[in-house]
Parts: sequence; structure tokens; C-alpha cells
Amino acid sequence: MLTYIFKRVLYAIPIALSVTVVSFILVYLAPGDPLNAIAPADAPAEVIQALKSAYGLDRPVPVQYGLWLLRAVQGDLGTSIASGRAVAGEVMSAVGNTLLLAGFAAFAGVLAGCVLGALAGYHRGTWIDRVATAVSVIGVSIPHYWLGLVLTIVFSIWLGWFPAMGAGPDGSGAWLWDVAHLRYLVLPALTLSVIPMGIITRTVRALVADMLEQEFVVALRARGLSGRAVFRHIAKNTAPTVLAVAGLQIGYLMGGSILVETVFAWPGTGYLLNTAIFQRDIPLLQGTLLVLCMFFVVLNLVVDILQPLIDPRMGRG
Amino acid sequence: MKPISKHLAKWLAVLPLAFSLNGSLHAETVARYGISMADIPLTTGQPDRGAGAYQFTGHTLYDPLIAWEANISERPGKLVPGLATSWKVDPKDNKKWLFTLRKGVKFHDGSEFTADAVIWNLDKVLADKSPQFDAKQSAQVRPRIPSIASYRKVNDYAVEITTKEVDALFPYQLPWFLISSPAQWEKMGKDWSQVAMHPSGTGPFKLDKLVPRERADLVKNNDYWDKKRMAKTDRIVLVPIPDAMTRVNALLNGQVDLIETPPPDVVPQLKSAGFKLVQNVTPHVWPYHFSTLPGSPWTDIRVRKAANLAIDRDAVVKLMNGLATPAVGQMDVTSPWFGKPAFKIRYDLAAARALMAQAGYSKEHPLVAKVIIAQGGTGQMLSLPMNEFIQQSLAEINIQVSFEVVELENLYLHWRSGAAADMNAGKGITAINLGYVTADPFYGITRFVDSRYVAPNGVNWGSYNNPKVDALVDKIRTTFNTKTQDGLLSKVHEIMVDDALMLWVVHDVNPHALSPKVKEFVQAQHWFQDLTTLRM
Repeated sequence: MLTYIFKRVLYAIPIALSVTVVSFILVYLAPGDPLNAIAPADAPAEVIQALKSAYGLDRPVPVQYGLWLLRAVQGDLGTSIASGRAVAGEVMSAVGNTLLLAGFAAFAGVLAGCVLGALAGYHRGTWIDRVATAVSVIGVSIPHYWLGLVLTIVFSIWLGWFPAMGAGPDGSGAWLWDVAHLRYLVLPALTLSVIPMGIITRTVRALVADMLEQEFVVALRARGLSGRAVFRHIAKNTAPTVLAVAGLQIGYLMGGSILVETVFAWPGTGYLLNTAIFQRDIPLLQGTLLVLCMFFVVLNLVVDILQPLIDPRMGRG
Repeated sequence: MKPISKHLAKWLAVLPLAFSLNGSLHAETVARYGISMADIPLTTGQPDRGAGAYQFTGHTLYDPLIAWEANISERPGKLVPGLATSWKVDPKDNKKWLFTLRKGVKFHDGSEFTADAVIWNLDKVLADKSPQFDAKQSAQVRPRIPSIASYRKVNDYAVEITTKEVDALFPYQLPWFLISSPAQWEKMGKDWSQVAMHPSGTGPFKLDKLVPRERADLVKNNDYWDKKRMAKTDRIVLVPIPDAMTRVNALLNGQVDLIETPPPDVVPQLKSAGFKLVQNVTPHVWPYHFSTLPGSPWTDIRVRKAANLAIDRDAVVKLMNGLATPAVGQMDVTSPWFGKPAFKIRYDLAAARALMAQAGYSKEHPLVAKVIIAQGGTGQMLSLPMNEFIQQSLAEINIQVSFEVVELENLYLHWRSGAAADMNAGKGITAINLGYVTADPFYGITRFVDSRYVAPNGVNWGSYNNPKVDALVDKIRTTFNTKTQDGLLSKVHEIMVDDALMLWVVHDVNPHALSPKVKEFVQAQHWFQDLTTLRM
């Protein structure tokens, strides 16, 4: 088992390095000038040149990458061109907000997905299956942006139950675990949860339906095991796949949703990315991309390590 | 029965208590303002994010030497004394300007405003070897004050600024240059990122709280030096909400009390829900800026005029649900610089078709042109629908326009590079659609027509070259009488229109939507707005 974990960690290193290269290079492929973030549109050439020099943007890209990587491994992601604030601080504060939102959305999405999927799998061909399948198809097909707006119109403007935007009455910096603050989470978390809910519903349904056909389930029933005991066996056998799918979905959620966070003005990583992209704020964009990609790398690593703990056969390869 | 005097004594005894209770119960008036920016603009002295940002963290926290009158809506504002009580050009050397500074003004941190602070601030943005030099602030304001060559302190309350050339328009550059406190910079460990969180200016508001990308709380400066410009609201909370629909939702939901730039689609809904729409003449124009370089189809003045006659501007205004006004020139007709152009821009398809026929174009041989446009962004209004409208209108007179659609940031790059640049001329791009700020003579007029401002020296994008205009611009620069100067600017504007330098479509009206809680908001005819006029 230890060898397996060691191998997985070793594999993660080149992936992480590749991620740094992609995060760094990708932003240079987009058209536009990063100095638009700081200089007025009609800034003369000498001002632009002075700024390039001040921000080290006149150096060759490989040199810029080397310096950036060296600082990044020490936890310094540079300074935002647009705001002048440290990128690490900006990203960490946004990551905290996204984790909060993603945590709630993931909990709601995975829980609802498992319940609906299991119900549909157990009751194949019945109206329960059809309803669950319809909900999951809607979940994966509906545009986030549109759903967010509709939920806001209904629950915020018409009914006045929840706020339309923001991350707390005084901003995310003053977050408290009380009803006044949690109200701000409801609509964006609900909006964000529908895709994982849909995907997990479909996955669980297919897995459960497949398991129910398996000979070991027939054998378990033949031995007179109760429905609950059979369910435990099915759950244990479906768990590794569900975990892998849920891990990816949670990874997407952790990455933040540009559209959902923009619709709800939720100051998370998606919102930050949106700002950075439109301003061509290269250090902020690179720092945010790097942190988000690392989330995926780490999350996949955790899933890889967890899977053999649940199903020891997977650790033997 | 007690005598009346005893009753009176009892009441008199409790009066002080009643007054003190009244004082403590005085509720703070708060205005929550949903702004269209993704972040709070820079708070260190020179706001980033364009002219519209000055109303938020510029003229609220700071003052310029010469201010722009932004607390009136009925007429265009004018230059008024700010931290300088007066300014005059040296009659012997017209490059030298003497500024007399206001006495008794204190920064929010309690330090005194003197000539040393002015010199320190000029060094902050112009002298890159000075310890307080800030590249970011410099980048914002340096292009706005291009005339300054040198400066010196005359005495504690007077400074002299020398311009590179004689420039009578120089005072118009100064409302962009704001004065921050040298003492606060020292106190914050000479660190501009710390100053950003705890700024200190002389303005009518102080910054109470800043949460990046989420909110900035401005509180009334009770010690403000200009008693006529005291804030009418105790606290203004700026909330960045870049998405237009989210801004509207926040207003409808009561999370904010006013928003800027509501999308045209929701205007009827807002009005029917009791919200007030405020708009005014705004120094902005939405044009197609033509290339007049050899090889461009727009070199023929008949084609440029025909394009201007082919647009039904009222229909464009209707498309915008009234959030625009027709543009019949670079400036609005109410501008003192509009003049009396001979070419009357109107919707006249027959005249447009006749001009196109004279120029040799027909249905069989249409004029083909490529225009670079943005998919959206600040100042671009409803970019795509409006451009499609123009495309269809021009097709009516046999002009087949195709678009190169880019992001606004990328469009700026094409703009700065000029029509002759390979990224434009090399791709067959012969016109650019970019919303222009037209707030002062330089921004509105001279930078687009002066042949010395052809890229990369400036934004005479199309390489327009007219010796007569250049001579007039020279004359404007050496004319210190405002009335004569206005007359000369009108002449330049008349030539711009008569030459149909651009295809002018509409002016923005900088709309705001206010909840019924907002009792007063004076919208100036400018991008600079005065938030002290906001009353709840």
C-alpha cells in the first residue's frame, strides 16, 4: 500500500510541473496587452514601455517563467498588476470563499445525486426512475447562468427570501456562521449543485442497476440477507466509482464557477478569474490558475489514495 | 395643585437629557451604490479604470488643484478652483503657470496642505527616481497631464508649473491630477499598498473600510474645507457588481439604493416598479472612426458623408430604450464647441444613395469594408446589436461591412497602434468602433485631428491630416481667452463634421437607476460625478 501511495505522489510531481508551465504560458496566448490593466487606453508608447520594464514584462518568457516558478515554490505568486496587492493573498481569500460555496454545493449535489440515483436504480422503469432521470438530465443540461438568474428572480425579488448577491451583509471578510450570513449561500450553492447532482444521479443509477443484476447480489438474497444488508454491499461496491466521479465534480466546484460567481457577485476564484481575464492581469491569472490546477492534482491524488482503501483490489496493480 | 413653575422646572431638568438622546439617536444616512466595476478603483490618489472611476475613489477622497464643476446638471460644468484658489499664465513666458494655493486645508490625517505636498505629488507621478514614485499611479495620470515639463515651489502657498510648449488648454488637464498626503505615505511605512487601505486626501469623504472586490465605505468628512460641497449622506457604500443583471437584481431586492448603467432591456420594468431613471448629456460618443490612409475606402468624403446619412439614429435610441441621444457630430449639440457645421447629419437615405452613386458604388459594385469592434465593455453600449444595426443600415446604401470582433482590451491595442499598423491595415481593417470620452477640448477634439497625434504619438487613429486644422489647433494652444478659445474649438469641430471624419451614431447618457429612498442625486454632464450631492 505504501508503495502505491509513493508511486501516486511521484506521478503527481511531473503533472504539477506541467501545470505550472501551462498556467504560465496559457495567458500569453490570449490576444491583448496586459498593460491595459494599468494604463489608460490612450497611454503613449513611452509610458507602456516604462511599465513593461517596471513589471519585468520586457524579459524573455522563459526567464519570466523561471523567476515566477522560483517565487511560486516559496509561496510568492507575485503582485497583481491591476490592484497592486499580493496575488497569494488575493487567491487565498478567493479560495476560502469558493471553498465555502463549493462545500455546500458539493454536499447538496452529492447527497441529492446519491439518493436520487439509488432510488432510480432500485426502481428501474417506474415513475420514480423517470422522475429521477428527468431531474438529472435537467441538472446537467440547464445553463448555470440562466438558472442563477431565475432563482434570483423567484426567491430574491418576488419572494424576498434570500439576498440577490454578495457574500454577507458586510462582505466575505466578516463571515459569521449565522442565519443572516448563511442566507447569502443558499441561491449560489443551489445553482452550483445541480450539475454534480445530475451527473452523480446518472452514475449511481447506472451502477446500482448494474449491481442488482450481478450474481453476488442474487447470492446474497438467496442466503436470506435483508434488503438493508444487500444495500450495504451494493453501496460498498459502487463507492469507488462514485468517489472518483464525485472527486472530479468537487474539483470542478473548487475551481469556482465564473458564471455563477459573477451572477451572484460571490468573491470566489471564478469571480477573481473573470476579473483577471478581462483585465489581462497576468500575475493574478497565472497565480489563480496555478492554485486551481493544483487543487485538481491534489484532489485526484487524494481520490487515488482513498480508492484502494475502500477497494483493496485497486491497490494491487 | 403644583405651581406651573414647578412643572416647568421639571421639564427644563430633563431637556438636556432629551437633546442628548436625540443626538445619539440621529441615524446615520447610508447610500449603497452598485457600481459596474469588478473592483474598487485604486484608492491611493489616482484611480484606475478610466474616467468613470474618478467619481468613486478620486474626487470623493481627494481634490485636484483645479476642479471640474460637477454639482450642476442643467448646463455643462466648467473649471473651478480646487486646492488652487487661482491660476494664471506668466505674461512674459506663456509656458509658465502660477498657482496660488488654498490656505488652511488639512489632509484626513491632520497634516497640512502646502506647496510641498503639490511638488511631492508631482514627483510621485512624474519623477521616477523619487522615493514616492508609484508606477501604477503614474501610468494612470501621466497620459492625462502630458504638457508638464517642470515645476517648482515658489513659496509655501504657490507653485509654478512650466509646460513643454505654450498650451492654453493646460488647465483642463489638472482635474485629473489629485493630491494625496505625503505624511500618510510616511506613516504607512512608505508602502503604497498600505496607503491603499488607509488613504488620506483632502476630499469630502474619508475611506472608512475597504474590502477588495466587495465594498468600500466612504464616510462624510465633517472638516471638509469647501462648506458648499459638504456631503449630504453620512456614508456611501460602493459595491462592485460588474454583471448588469445582477446590479438590477440587487436594486430590485433592496440590497443597493442606486446603480449605474442599468441595461436598456430592464428600463420599463424598473420604471413600473417605481424606480427613477436619471440620465443627462454625457461627454461620450459612439462612432466609427475611419482610416483616411491611401487604400482605405473611406478616403472619399462622399462615402463618409453617405455613411453618416444612412443611419436612423432615432431607431438606435429606441433600440437602447431611450438610454442614448442621437449624435450629429463629435460633440453634443449643446456643447460650446459644437459650432455650426455646414454638413447637417441626418437620416436621408436618398441623399446617401446619391452620394454613393456619385462615388461609383452600386448594388452590383458595393463598397466592401472591414470594421474592428468589441463584443462589449465599458463605453461600448450594446455593442453587437448596435453594430448589426449599422451594418444593415449601411447595406441599404451598398456598403458591405464585415466585422472583426475582439475583446475590448484587444481593441485598445488596435486603437493605440493606429490604422497604418500591420494589425489593422494588414488585416484590411479600415474603421474602428470605440466609444470616446469627449470631456475636454483635448479629449474630445484635438487629439483626433492633430496630425502630430498620429499613432504611435497619439490616437489620431485614421491618420487624418489637415494643415488648416493643425494651424487652428496651434492657435487654440496659444489663446488664453476662454471665449476666443471656444470659438476656435467650434471651428475645428465644424471642420471635423464637414469632413465627416467619423460616422457618429449616438452619445451615451450615463444612466443611473435610483430607488425611491434616494431623495436627490445631481447628475452632471460629465463622467466626473459629485457624490456629495447624493441625499437619502
